[in-house]
Amino acid sequence: MTIGLGHYLTVAAILFTLGVFGIFLNRKNVIVILMSIELMLLAVNINLVAFSAFLNDLVGQVFALFVLSVAAAEAAIGLAILVTYFRNRGSIEVEDMSVMKG
Amino acid sequence: MIIQALAFYLFAGIMVASGVMVIAARNPVHSVLFLIVAFFNAAALFVLLGAEFLAMILVVVYVGAVAVLFLFVVMMLDIDFVQLREGFAKYLPVGAVIGLILLGELALVGGSWVFAPQAAQTVKDPIPLFSQVPNTEALGLVLYTKYVYLFQAAGLVLLVAMIGAIVLTLRRREGVKRQRVAQQIARNPKRSVEVKKVPVGGGIHS
Repeated sequence: MTIGLGHYLTVAAILFTLGVFGIFLNRKNVIVILMSIELMLLAVNINLVAFSAFLNDLVGQVFALFVLSVAAAEAAIGLAILVTYFRNRGSIEVEDMSVMKG
Repeated sequence: MIIQALAFYLFAGIMVASGVMVIAARNPVHSVLFLIVAFFNAAALFVLLGAEFLAMILVVVYVGAVAVLFLFVVMMLDIDFVQLREGFAKYLPVGAVIGLILLGELALVGGSWVFAPQAAQTVKDPIPLFSQVPNTEALGLVLYTKYVYLFQAAGLVLLVAMIGAIVLTLRRREGVKRQRVAQQIARNPKRSVEVKKVPVGGGIHS
């Protein structure tokens, strides 16, 4: 009963699918969509770290670190856009976001 | 070994369950809290994989900053979340079909995939023995030397994100009374006090 690379890849695949599923399930709520994207990025990070550990290569962990920092930047910018949008429109429905002007 | 397997199944199970709750919870605040649980369990999985530094970074950056940011925005915006959940049942079949297709594709990839025979020889930066160089030190040894330009680029991305977020959310409200320190300091008695000659019985006209 040793835990191999396949176990980690399976968990990451399930988590990634949950993220995609969440985007379709909450098509109106941008906040939950952003959280689903965070879930998908987490799944990718688990993949990178699992490969890094089982191939005995440190590059995977370095790359996971960069993915992490870009994800943090993305969350900050996304939420800032969301706050600005809510100020202008008074709603965060995705269907209202088809126009570029405020 | 058995304890490691049990720990893996425990953390992985809780993580997947909280991932389900993130996308299915009625209240977005609960979604954020379940996201925090998922991040904690992912950090535990990283520890099991021997990536301690990334585990701690995950807790600090995600739980400490990103999840709290989400919580802050969810609570700050005055949104009717019940209305936003309309069409939840309508999108469920489509989402389920696409999710199952994706999962099937990933299963196909996972089933037919093997390591390349020369994969073990092409390792760029082998992980040193933990008893000699701890994970954090090993990561630092390559991050600040071999990948220093990428590291700087990541810092630049964060700087741009910070400036962008500030520029996007900063606003000057009209009609708000503010203290203007420079004007207060620049006041002098000559300009602030006016001496009027009041004629007897005449009163003051401004």
